[in-house]
Amino acid sequence: MISINVNGEERQVDVPGDMPLLWVLRDELNMTGTKFGCGIAQCGACTVHVDGQPIRACQTPVSMLTPESKVTTIEGVRGKAAEAVQAAWQKLDVVQCGYCQSGQIMSAIALLTDNRNPTDADIDSAMDGNVCRCATYVRIRAAIKDAAQTMRA
Amino acid sequence: MLHHLIRQAARSGFALDIAAKPLPTPSRRSFLKAVGAGGGALVIGAHLPMPALAAEAAPKIIGPADPRPQLFIIIAPDNTVTVLAKHLDKGQGIVTGLATIVAEELDADWAQVRGAFAPADNKLYANHFFGVQGTGGSTAVANSWDELRMAGAAARAMLVATAAARWNVPAGEVTVAKGVVRHAASGRSFTFGDLATDAAKLPVPQQVKLKEAKDYVLIGKPDLHRLDHISKTNGTAIFAMDIRRPGQVTAVLARSPRFGGTVKSVDDAAARKVPGVIEVLTLPVGVAVIAKNTWAATQGREALKITWDDAKAETRGTDAMLADYRKLADQPGAVAANKGDADKTFTTVAANGGHVIDGEFVFPYLAHAPMEPLNAVVALNPDGGCTIWAGSQFQGVEQMVVAGVLGCKPEQVKIETQWAGGSFGRRATPNGDYIAEAAMIAKAYPKAPVHLVWTREDDIKGGRYRPLFLHRIKAAVDAKGNLVAWKQRIVGQSFMAGTPFEAVMVKNGVDETSVEGASDMAYPVPNLAVDLHSPTSPVTTLWWRSVGHTHTAYAKEVMIDRLAKAAGKDPVAFRMEMLKDHPRLAGVLKLAADKAGWGQPLAKGKGRGVAVHESFNTYVAHVADVTVDAKGQVKVDRVVVAIDCGEVVNPDIVKAQMEGGAGWGIGHALRGEITMTDGLVDQGNFDSFLPLRMSDMPAVEVHIVPSHERPTGAGEPGVPTVAPAVANAVFSVTGQPLQTLPFSRDGIV
Ligand code: FES
Ligand code: FES
Repeated sequence: MISINVNGEERQVDVPGDMPLLWVLRDELNMTGTKFGCGIAQCGACTVHVDGQPIRACQTPVSMLTPESKVTTIEGVRGKAAEAVQAAWQKLDVVQCGYCQSGQIMSAIALLTDNRNPTDADIDSAMDGNVCRCATYVRIRAAIKDAAQTMRA
Repeated sequence: MLHHLIRQAARSGFALDIAAKPLPTPSRRSFLKAVGAGGGALVIGAHLPMPALAAEAAPKIIGPADPRPQLFIIIAPDNTVTVLAKHLDKGQGIVTGLATIVAEELDADWAQVRGAFAPADNKLYANHFFGVQGTGGSTAVANSWDELRMAGAAARAMLVATAAARWNVPAGEVTVAKGVVRHAASGRSFTFGDLATDAAKLPVPQQVKLKEAKDYVLIGKPDLHRLDHISKTNGTAIFAMDIRRPGQVTAVLARSPRFGGTVKSVDDAAARKVPGVIEVLTLPVGVAVIAKNTWAATQGREALKITWDDAKAETRGTDAMLADYRKLADQPGAVAANKGDADKTFTTVAANGGHVIDGEFVFPYLAHAPMEPLNAVVALNPDGGCTIWAGSQFQGVEQMVVAGVLGCKPEQVKIETQWAGGSFGRRATPNGDYIAEAAMIAKAYPKAPVHLVWTREDDIKGGRYRPLFLHRIKAAVDAKGNLVAWKQRIVGQSFMAGTPFEAVMVKNGVDETSVEGASDMAYPVPNLAVDLHSPTSPVTTLWWRSVGHTHTAYAKEVMIDRLAKAAGKDPVAFRMEMLKDHPRLAGVLKLAADKAGWGQPLAKGKGRGVAVHESFNTYVAHVADVTVDAKGQVKVDRVVVAIDCGEVVNPDIVKAQMEGGAGWGIGHALRGEITMTDGLVDQGNFDSFLPLRMSDMPAVEVHIVPSHERPTGAGEPGVPTVAPAVANAVFSVTGQPLQTLPFSRDGIV
């Protein structure tokens, strides 16, 4: 049994230690908001926060987490940055197919938590790891700026 | 959710009337016949009737539209209005679009409107262009426009009649606005929910009056939110990948690494020892590993030792295929267009001060790579049928294919359509593809619902690519700078050949989807010759967002810029001269050029390029601005797009499709390619099939032509012109035409 803390709850899972956190979340805990897109840390669809830092769950063996690690997923993310980001996403109708958007949003929240006034270059470097095959990038950029403004207000 | 709604509505509301009489569409019957002849091996195209329609001014509904509101609208006592979409929403926003059409005629309040997917049913929910239920070819709004306006208006009339009866006033005194039914004189009102149960008991009016465009309060308005904008930002939207049925197992399939290969022998001893692996099955389509979860399944697959039989496989690399295509291109092909005498004109033009230019264009294989890897859940039912949960794009086809697999009737194949994480054409397959695979595995492993999951590697290496294409073009402008001759030879696989629709789509050896946009180009060339070779290969191919126009528009528009330069003419002026008889093309060209500031001087290293094209009865022009730095590296700075797609239902969704279409076109033009070495695909994931990323994305400005023409589509037409506009912008700086895609091959990105 491996014990992990997801969205503030202690969860026990009976899985091999090399199973990536992505599959623990999706297949063992039935938390399907975090998505599988590539499995090799190239698309960002599986982005979750561990202790507030964005990580790719597909490349994070569950054994790498300590009992103190706090995992936050799209289902449990809260706070000022999360509210601002989700509201901006909704205001600007960013989503198309939506499949990448949990990951985009988790990356954007992490960016804005650290930096309330990101430049275009900051946005590029924080978001380049998140692929959107629908190419909603124009609106993602606009929504991050909108959310940043909300947070500064 | 849908079944819950239907059940609830059936108890007390405006219920879905499944028992209603079927739509007698002739095309459906002929499709069923074609399918019957082919047994389980089914084939049909998402794009099928479009070329025939393209010749006409506006798409026509084939067969009678069905205005019965019960098929499409559920008004529940809780005052929600749920619009059932018979089309798949894979991001293009069609659930919102269809709901907008209904809500407009119904005079619903947008806040009470919901969207859901209709159950799979070819009798009730066929796409009128296809004759079976399915989504594609940017047809959804055109298909549903009349049908849903009539349904909405009929439902509204039934609500009005119910209210009038309860108040005992003439129906003419009852008004409806924003979801409220009113009798102004007496100050009384009802919500839709108050009236739904009784309204459902009324006969459906045979005739309804539709609104005039000037009275629209929802259609054409920019401030409606998408119906999926909240569920897709908080992780609650459910895709097929997220389906979790009780007892469900996960399967992955080991497929031949070479197209056309088959399993010779399997050693599965190590795979069976992987913890969590339940079963290993050898099937005609490959070796399936069934496991407790996705991780175990993929680990198990890695432990398989399979020997493949490549006797019938493609063993050439793409370089060798291209060399073969070049040899073919030396020979005449099947004639797609032939008027005047192009060859003779080249000789006379050259002798009389004109210019003859030729170019060879190479377009690589391309994967669709929808963000959600392909997957489907299949659960066998006690009646011998099954239930499928999938981002099903061709429900009608998939029902029949799976019926063939399981030996049941198509009606016994229930499909619960889910939000799809992209498609770009990939999910609309002639043979049911991944859904058929899932059904085969479920049949072989009947103990539990089976979730077949493709990994990204399966997807990138798995074929059904936009075909590799070679174009050779020779064209001439005379001494006055008029385009007088055009000869084009196209070489590339046909994905219609070998399907029951070959009869419709392939005429005299010409697959219309291979030459669309070339043989029917709008520029009035007096001497035009287009021909086609359709070589075959075990490599599987498929339509890919905007189909033939992905390559034909590119080759045409890049050549046009070269010809304009030879003629000493401005690229926009050169095109405008030729589009006098095409006011809608000229209209978008002028709009894009004006908004982009065409003709204004640019700084050193900056370039501006243009392209214009019609596809799927929609007219689009792009102007692209680029920077070419001192090292010759190209960055796309801005794209201005003008679109005329007739009456616009949701302008913001059209805008989103233009933004996404621009990204799609640019991303693949920059770095997208699938190559093969000795028949093995060189790419495998997003580290080698390189997607467009945030830092690549230019600013996109969208301008929509106001129009009350019949609505056409927007999902695909935003793609064809963006890459040639970028190429022409680079050409304006470097003088080098970009004729081999992707641009990364030229070292400029
Ligand atoms: S699934 Fe983890 S980065 Fe793509
Ligand atoms: S919204 Fe479809 S992949 Fe991003």
